[in-house]
Amino acid sequence: MCAETVDKTKLARQFIEAIPHSQALGMTLTTIDDGVAEITMAYDEKLVGDPVTKVIHGGAVSALMDTCGGAAVMSHPAAPIGTATIDLRIDYMRAATPGQTITARAECYHVTRSVAFVRATAMDEDADNPVATATGAFTLERGA
Amino acid sequence: MSGAKRRTPEPMQVIKQRRDAALQALVSGVPYINFLGIDFDRRGDELTATLHFKPKLIGNPLLPAIHGGVTAAFLETTAIIELSWAMLWDEIESGRLDAETLSPQALPRLPKTIDFTVDYLRSGLPRDAYARARINRSGRRYASVYVEAWQDNRDKMFAQGTGHFLMPSRDG
Repeated sequence: MCAETVDKTKLARQFIEAIPHSQALGMTLTTIDDGVAEITMAYDEKLVGDPVTKVIHGGAVSALMDTCGGAAVMSHPAAPIGTATIDLRIDYMRAATPGQTITARAECYHVTRSVAFVRATAMDEDADNPVATATGAFTLERGA
Repeated sequence: MSGAKRRTPEPMQVIKQRRDAALQALVSGVPYINFLGIDFDRRGDELTATLHFKPKLIGNPLLPAIHGGVTAAFLETTAIIELSWAMLWDEIESGRLDAETLSPQALPRLPKTIDFTVDYLRSGLPRDAYARARINRSGRRYASVYVEAWQDNRDKMFAQGTGHFLMPSRDG
């Protein structure tokens, strides 16, 4: 990894972790490079959506996917100066196993002048069986 | 039916108390609803969700704006509570469930989200937000729900969403 990449990752991590809501959910950015981002979110009782099964609420997974999608857009080589979600669709494949950390991986696979298209996957420790997948469109704000 | 006494209608306060207790039991059992700071107003069977603004809901500190994930969670929560409330309403009104003794374990199981799509129409301002859900179709297995959310002006939605849900089996 060259010095520039390390710097970029560090900057992006600081940026993501400075977002109040990402902080509140305990998100940590682990990877960011050329339109791909990976963020983890540790299991926490306060995020439980079903008091009987103790499974994390889908909304917390949505927040993780949305943040990760935005990070992927920001790291795209098109070097946007800002982004916002236009639309996000989440498919819930299964309940996340209570107690396990959730990892989201998002890829910004196409950009136009003003729109970025993103795919994302959320996994718990059983990475071969995703918890949820998402597709989204984000705005892409370019510098002057 | 001559001579058979018609049942005296229950006092309004008793009915209200029973319905509010049921709603409270449903909502307070979910830690994540509490974490986000969402509560529900009831008029008859109609629910309105309020997301009480707090700095920890911010996603863009520069604007500032509510996090898109919070908006998604708010809409999804409103849809799930609306669906659960519709199921619960019949149980409570018919007396099959006693609102006084409801615990999360005694409540009907919550519907499970199959998919949810959020349409972000404008950025969420750093103040309270409101949402109402409409059940467009609720079958034995699947349900389709539409939700809209607004802030200062009822006519200016800042987000809308549609989701599909798997309904809990009702054979005990």
